[in-house]
Amino acid sequence: MDEHSQGARAGGPSHRAVELGVAVFVAAFALIVIAGSLRAGVGWGAEGPRPGFFPFYVALVILGASIVNFGAVISRPPNHQLFADWGQLRQVMAMLVPTAIYVALVPWIGIYVASILLIAVFMRWLGKYGWGRIAAVAVGVPVVTFLIFEKWFLVPLPKGPIEDYLGF
Amino acid sequence: MEEIANLFHGFAVVIQPFNLLVMLVGIVLGVIIGVLPGLGGANGVAILLPLTFSMSPTSAIIMLSCIYWGALFGGAITSVLFNIPGEPWSVATTFDGHPMAQQGRAGEALTAAFTSSFVGALFAVIMITLVAPLVAKFALQFGPAEKFAVYFLAFCSFVGLSKEPPFKTVASMMIGFALAAVGLDSMTGQLRLTFGFTELLNGFDFLIAVIGLFGIGEILLTIEEGLSFKGGAAGINPKVVFKTWAELPRYWMTSLRSCVIGCWMGISPAGATPASFMSYGIAKRVSKHGDRFGRGEIEGVVAPETAAHAAGTSALLPMLSLGVPGSPTAAVLLGGLLIWGLQPGPLLFVEQKEFVWGLIASMYLGNVVGLLVVLTCVPLFAAILRIPFAIIAPIILMFCAIGAYSVHNSTFDVVMMLVFGVVGYVLKKCNYPLAPLVLAIVLGDKAEEAFRQSLLSSQGSLGIFFSNGLVSAIMALGLIALFWPLIQDAFTRLRTRPAL
Repeated sequence: MDEHSQGARAGGPSHRAVELGVAVFVAAFALIVIAGSLRAGVGWGAEGPRPGFFPFYVALVILGASIVNFGAVISRPPNHQLFADWGQLRQVMAMLVPTAIYVALVPWIGIYVASILLIAVFMRWLGKYGWGRIAAVAVGVPVVTFLIFEKWFLVPLPKGPIEDYLGF
Repeated sequence: MEEIANLFHGFAVVIQPFNLLVMLVGIVLGVIIGVLPGLGGANGVAILLPLTFSMSPTSAIIMLSCIYWGALFGGAITSVLFNIPGEPWSVATTFDGHPMAQQGRAGEALTAAFTSSFVGALFAVIMITLVAPLVAKFALQFGPAEKFAVYFLAFCSFVGLSKEPPFKTVASMMIGFALAAVGLDSMTGQLRLTFGFTELLNGFDFLIAVIGLFGIGEILLTIEEGLSFKGGAAGINPKVVFKTWAELPRYWMTSLRSCVIGCWMGISPAGATPASFMSYGIAKRVSKHGDRFGRGEIEGVVAPETAAHAAGTSALLPMLSLGVPGSPTAAVLLGGLLIWGLQPGPLLFVEQKEFVWGLIASMYLGNVVGLLVVLTCVPLFAAILRIPFAIIAPIILMFCAIGAYSVHNSTFDVVMMLVFGVVGYVLKKCNYPLAPLVLAIVLGDKAEEAFRQSLLSSQGSLGIFFSNGLVSAIMALGLIALFWPLIQDAFTRLRTRPAL
């Protein structure tokens, strides 16, 4: 009880709404798969079942299951349980947004430079570390990674203009 | 007896210096993965899979399976010391392990946990040595219909045995099948479900899904819960170890029971997590000191750890002998086999003797090495947990990105990893199980192939799945597993009726 009232004070999306959203999203996914399967052919061809045959029935099951899941949430008496409060979601976004930027940067500046930036941002922003320590960890870890992957195990990773300039 | 000779040949392969080295590296990396939040057996192995591309398949599987053993050991460290299960299957270990640590008996709890893990694994490996070749020999006679029936059984047990709502399990599993279907259809060579996107030509790789769903998703969950590590110091000295070892034989019955539960749950794809809970629950009910469970009873550490490790290890039995992995991590190992150019399934025992027996031998040795490593290095591993989250989180993210990229050298996969991560976070919070989704992506193509080949030979009649005793029996088992909760309900109702 305590937890609930505390959660309600902090505010946030309700668990119910998110569950319904997920069920709808899953159903939409099923419809996309059904459309794609129909395009590939769901019937019986010269070579036996056509390519869309299996995914078509799989998608029908997904659709059915998500309707049941949707109904199960609707029929439950509404409670005030939260999916997560805004503070928690802010934490999640604080993690997610830099990661998304990181992923977007990798093709352009390579994984090593992007990683240096990612580690530095996290250490400065979440950890409030001094620049000296940040430089040591943020540069040190990607350099060690470079040695392990590229030199020892010969796995090439995406590189950008800076690596080109350095001649790797 | 041929098996014994094969096993010794396997040992000869394993004790080559290079293989011993990768074994040690694998165990240490595995324990680190098990200790770190957000990295677990499945995505840890997935991330490190690219490191093995340049090795021989045997060395590669030794390293990856040792990462798995290491992760199984590592999960116990954080459970006992920090009350944070490093892995889902270590949750039950926190119940008694952490109270013991608070009473200053951390060394005792850790020794008991590690030793029980070792016993569970050893039991499972012996079982694999004896049973797997027989199962494989038997499975060699399977046609497409029998193969599909085995997949059917595996997936039905997920629905019937998981504690999540059955329709959520079904939805998540079928999403996996649908994702597996995207791209080139292996039987007709036609494209399907790509909607004109060239990136989707090769479909969704399950390694990307594993890294995203389990890796990124788990980190998001961790940060949401607001993580702070507060834990006791870890001191293990030889005196404590020997004292605990002297005490452990008293719990041989608990141990044996947990081994059997673990093996059973591991072979059916229920997995290590339910095995550890079930074993803990039964031990609590049966034990003379059942009422003291939860307040630091050593038996409460022995039971879940033995079962979890036995289950984790025996999950490799169906993977090796049937090509059906019993856990997400076993699925990743199976994916590894495909990448190294090996065809998983019963033929492995015929065509790749050195590989199979090298792996089995490495399970024996790897667990001995693992036990020694964790017993001697606990303080070191515990220190890793004291690294603040602001430093460790971006490093884990970086390794996830590297792992996702190097599967196909594609930056698009890194984007997909992030998408899977967000999806995994939301699904997990809404009680959709993720393991069946991953297993369905791995097995989707094979299950579909078996299904279509069966239908092809029967001209489209579903009767083929009940056409002979063997296939009918497997299908019937599958249906029983699928409706198990209903059957159980009916039983309890029948039993309680006379009382009314």
